[in-house]
Amino acid sequence: MLTLQCPYCGVHAEETELHAEGEAHLKRFGPGSSDDEFETYLFMRENPKGVHFERWRHASGCGKFFHAARSTTTLEVFGTYSAQTLEPPQDIKDKISAKYPGWSWRDFS
Amino acid sequence: MSNAVSALNAASFEGFAKVSETGLRGMVTLRGDLSGKGVKQAVKAATGADVPDARRVTRGTSGDVAWMSPDELLIICDYQAANDVVAALTGKLSGEHALAVNVSDARAVFRIEGNAAREVLAKVAPVDLSADAFQAGDFRRSRIAQVAAAFWLNDDGSFELVCFRSVAQYVFDVLKVSAENGGEVGFL
Repeated sequence: MLTLQCPYCGVHAEETELHAEGEAHLKRFGPGSSDDEFETYLFMRENPKGVHFERWRHASGCGKFFHAARSTTTLEVFGTYSAQTLEPPQDIKDKISAKYPGWSWRDFS
Repeated sequence: MSNAVSALNAASFEGFAKVSETGLRGMVTLRGDLSGKGVKQAVKAATGADVPDARRVTRGTSGDVAWMSPDELLIICDYQAANDVVAALTGKLSGEHALAVNVSDARAVFRIEGNAAREVLAKVAPVDLSADAFQAGDFRRSRIAQVAAAFWLNDDGSFELVCFRSVAQYVFDVLKVSAENGGEVGFL
């Protein structure tokens, strides 16, 4: 079972206490954007075999959204971090690099 | 005014632990910047308690204060006093980005007591309830079987649990099954 530590309340919450909220670090394209940008924002998602960044919500707990970095193949969790950020913290990126040298995910590597 | 009654009117059940609905209880939700001076002073003035650390409960002279999330507190007091607490908090926090609401009638409170009270909850919540991990004054917002609930451990070893009033019967039934004689696990 997947266990993630909520960065807001510190609880090591197991999957049933959380809710998956899709991909992390999406850039929103709203009114004024082109059709292509809007379509990409709405529908185009990463579906990697390996390193992935996701948004989760501590639904039955403090109710906050947070981000998690994990591997979709091994279920290894590299870390969780606040959702009030534009990119993953360096220490989590370093951890991933140690395990998967040369990894990349969207604009991050 | 109409006669206020609690969700299950103090129903109780005695298995290997005792589960009872505690009757009417005052509850006030406070949202705001918990690290700010304003909230600290307002909570102190309204209840006599300090703002608790994460996942803790603090005791005051006229109410207990529980940590619900990084920007939310639950103040537990006498049913009759809830509106006064709201008024006190609102007065102290005027001008701040904060909100206090009386949620007493939206909730139900249960008490679980007995030597094996931990087991009753451990069976239905995804929480480490071992004596080392969950101590007196600890508070946890989680779920009971299928519904949201929050509970804390009192100094006398009894647990108190808050849930939404609409699911009070469900929670009581779940706790009853969990506390049935013959259902002891004997691990915690």
